[in-house]
Amino acid sequence: MADQTTNPIAFVADGTIPPSPPPASQTGIIKWMRENLFSGVTNTILTVLSLMLIYVLLRNTLPWILNGVWNADSLAQCREILDGKTGACFAVLTERWHQLIYGFKYPDDAYWRPNLAFVLMLVAAAPVLFFDLPRKMLLFTALYPFVAFWLIWGGAIMVPVVALLGCVAAGAVFQKFGRNSFATGFFGAIIVALVVWNVGGALIPEDANEGAMLSAVPSRDLGGFMLNLMLGVTCVSLSLPLGIALALGRQSDMPLIKWVCVIFIEFIRGVPLITLLFVASVMLAYFFPPDSTVDLFLRVVIMITMFSAAYIAEVIRGGLAALPRGQYEAADSLGLDYPQAMRLIILPQALKISIPGIVNVAVGLFKDTTLVSVISMFDLVGMIRGPILASTEWNGVYWELLGFAALLFFVVCYGISQYSQWLERRLATDHH
Amino acid sequence: MSTMTDPPKADFRLSMLINDTRYRSLTFQVIAAIVIALSIWYLGNNLIQNLRAAGLNISYAFLGDSSGYDINQRLIEYDSQSSHGRAAVVGILNTLLVAFLACITATIFGVIAGVLRLSNNWLVSKLMAVYVEIFRNIPVLIWIIIIFTIMTAVLPGPRAFRGDNPTSSMLFDLFAFTNRGVYVPRPEFAHGLFGPAVLNWILVLAVLVGSWFATREIDKRATKTQEETGERPKTTLLNLAVWLVPFVILMFLMGLTWNVPELKGFNFSGGIKVGGPLIALWFALSIYTGAFIAENVRAGIQAISKGQTEAAAALGLRPGRIMNLVILPQALRVIIPPLISQYLNITKNSSLAIAVGYADITATLGGITLNQTGRAIECVLLLMLFYLTASLLISMVMNIYNASVKLKER
Repeated sequence: MADQTTNPIAFVADGTIPPSPPPASQTGIIKWMRENLFSGVTNTILTVLSLMLIYVLLRNTLPWILNGVWNADSLAQCREILDGKTGACFAVLTERWHQLIYGFKYPDDAYWRPNLAFVLMLVAAAPVLFFDLPRKMLLFTALYPFVAFWLIWGGAIMVPVVALLGCVAAGAVFQKFGRNSFATGFFGAIIVALVVWNVGGALIPEDANEGAMLSAVPSRDLGGFMLNLMLGVTCVSLSLPLGIALALGRQSDMPLIKWVCVIFIEFIRGVPLITLLFVASVMLAYFFPPDSTVDLFLRVVIMITMFSAAYIAEVIRGGLAALPRGQYEAADSLGLDYPQAMRLIILPQALKISIPGIVNVAVGLFKDTTLVSVISMFDLVGMIRGPILASTEWNGVYWELLGFAALLFFVVCYGISQYSQWLERRLATDHH
Repeated sequence: MSTMTDPPKADFRLSMLINDTRYRSLTFQVIAAIVIALSIWYLGNNLIQNLRAAGLNISYAFLGDSSGYDINQRLIEYDSQSSHGRAAVVGILNTLLVAFLACITATIFGVIAGVLRLSNNWLVSKLMAVYVEIFRNIPVLIWIIIIFTIMTAVLPGPRAFRGDNPTSSMLFDLFAFTNRGVYVPRPEFAHGLFGPAVLNWILVLAVLVGSWFATREIDKRATKTQEETGERPKTTLLNLAVWLVPFVILMFLMGLTWNVPELKGFNFSGGIKVGGPLIALWFALSIYTGAFIAENVRAGIQAISKGQTEAAAALGLRPGRIMNLVILPQALRVIIPPLISQYLNITKNSSLAIAVGYADITATLGGITLNQTGRAIECVLLLMLFYLTASLLISMVMNIYNASVKLKER
C-alpha cells in the first residue's frame, strides 16, 4: 500500500472487481419463463394454448363452485336461492351425506360403528405401512379384522371370538410344529382351525343375535363409500397371501401344481371383472350346498379376491423372475429347505421389487369396486345412480354428486400411489 | 435339491414319502390331485343338486329362440324376432367395434400426452401430468357415467334445432350433436361398380392397400438408388400421387355422394347415427386408457439412455432423424408390450357398456338374454368364453410381436 504514493502509474487494480448481477433477462423468474415457457415459437404457442385452456376451465368451473349452495332441501330450493346465477347445489352432499357414506339402510344410530372401525383401520394399517413404528402394534393389526367385523356387522360377540380363537390355535400349532417341518405345521394349523371353528360354531346358540351388545346389521344393508372401502381393504389383504401362493405355485417344479396355477391365473386375467361379478351374483349360489345361504357380500368378496390374486400373482412372478439365480443357489448352498429359503431369502427381495406393481393392482382394484353397482349393490356409484338421482328432490344434480365421487376416489388412490413412491425410496437399499 | 452320490439302498419307509426329496414332490402332487378332485366333486355335486331342485338343466337350445327385444346400435340386421344367438353376435360385433375405435383414439391421446409430458415447456408438461393423474386415479365407470351424462343432459334435443330461431345449429351444417346421439354424414356411391355396398367398400379398401404397396416399392427403389449413387431421389410428390390419383378416380367413377343428416319432423334422418352410449363408452375408454398409455410412452422414451441421442447427434443426424432412426425403434420395443396389454384392458373394460346401455356382448347375452331366459350358467360361461378367446388372441399377437422385435443375440 505504501508503494502506491511513489508509483508513477496512475491506477493499478489491487483486487478483483466484484461480479455484477446478471442482466434482468437472465435471472430470476424472467429467465425461468424464457427458458421454460417461451423458448421458441412452438413453445410459445403451446404456452398460450395451455393458458387459454386453463382460463376456459377455471372460468366455467370457479363461479359454479364458489356460488355453491350448501343448505337446501331440494334442487328446486337450490335454484330459488341461486336466483338465476350459475352455481352448484352442494346441498345434496350435506343432505344425503349419510347415504353417500353408509348406504341407505345402515341403522342411523349405529353410524359411530363404521366410523370407529375406520379410525381403528388407520391405526391397524399404520405399523404395516410405516415400519418405523413399534412392532408391538402389529398385535393390534392381527386383532383388527375381528374387531372391525364385530363393529360393522354387530350381533353376537361370540362369532368373532370363535373365529379369533381358531386363528390363535392355528398359529400356536404352526409355531410348535412348523419349526421342524413346514408342511406338518401348515396342514396341522388348518385342521386345528377348522376343528375350533366347527366346535365353536356349534356352541353359539341360534338366537345369539337377540339382545347382543351391538345390534346385528345384515350385509345387504351395507352401502355407500363404506362398501367400496370395505371391499377394497378386505380383498387386497386377502389376495396378497393368495397371490404369493399362486406366484410360487406357477414357479413350482411340480407339473400338476404349476399347471393348475397357470390355468387359474390366465383364466381370471382373461375375463373382465364384470363377468366374475355376474358369477358372484347369479352363478356362485349353484355351487354352494343346497340349503346354505351365502350372502352376496361374501360371494363378491370371494370373486374380487380371486380376481386381484391373479393379478398380484403375475406381479410377484415378475419380482421372482427378476432375482438373480445366485440368490436361489446361495439359499440352497446354505442348506435351507424350500419354505426357509422362500421366507428368509427369496420373498423379502422379490416382494420389495414387486411393491410398485402390487400398489398398482391395489389402486386398480379399489377403483374396480365401483363395478359392484352393476350387480345392484349400492356402493357410492350405486347410491348416486340409484336412490339419490332417482329421488324427486335431487333429480338432475349430476355434477355435484359425480364430482364428489370422483374427488373421493382421487384422494384415496392418489394418496396410495404417493405412499408407494415414498416406500420405494425408503426401501432402496442398493447403491447407485 | 440335494444330490446324493450314493443313493441308499435302504428299504422304502413311509416317512420317506415326505422326507426324501425323490418322493416328496410326488407326494405333494398326489395330495393336491386328491384335494382338487374332491373340490370339483363337491362343487359339481352341489351344482347337480341345486339344478335338480330348481328344475333346470344345462342346455344351449335357448340360443335359437326368438329374443323379443330390440337393439338400437347394431352392425348387422337384427330385430326382435331374431334369435338370442343373433343378439349375442350383434353384441360381439358391438364390443369389437367400440374396442377397436377406443384402441385407436386411446393410442392417439396417449402418445400426444406422453410426448408432451416430456416437453421442455413447464406449463404443458405439468398440464399433462395433471391429466394423467386425474384420469388414472378415478374409476373408469365414473368417467363413463360422467361423459354419458354430458351426452344426455347437456347436449340439446332435436327440438332445439327446429323453428325459425333454433337455439342450436349443426356444426358446418354436417354434424348434429343431440342428446339422442351424434349424426354424421354418410358416404354413398351413386353408381357403384357392384350391386351390394359391401363389395364397393372392399374395392375402396383394395385400392388403398394397392397404393400402400406401391409407395413401399417406390421407397425401396429410392433406397436402392441412394445406396448406389449416394443421392436419394425425391419421392414425396410421387408417393402423394400414388395415394391420391387412383382413389380420386375411383371415387369419381362410383359417384361418391354424402348423405347429410337432416331434421325431419321431430328427429334427424339420414347420415350415420352414432348413439350416445357408444360415444360415451368410446370417449371415456379412450381418455382413461390414454392416461395409462401416456405413462407407458413416457417410460419408453425415458428408458432410452441419453447417450443414444448424443451419439446420433455426434454422427451428424438431424433431430427428426434421431427420433425416427435411433430413439423410436428402441423405445417401441419398450412401449409396445404394455401398449398391447392396455388394448386388452380396453377390450375388457368395454364390458362396462352395461352401465350406460350400450348393447355389447355383456349387455345382450349377460344382461337381457340372461334375465329373460334365466339361463345364468350358460350365459355367463359363453360370456367368459368370448372374452377369454379375445384375450388369448391378443396376447398371442403380443408374443409374436415380442419374438420379432427381441434383441437378436448370439
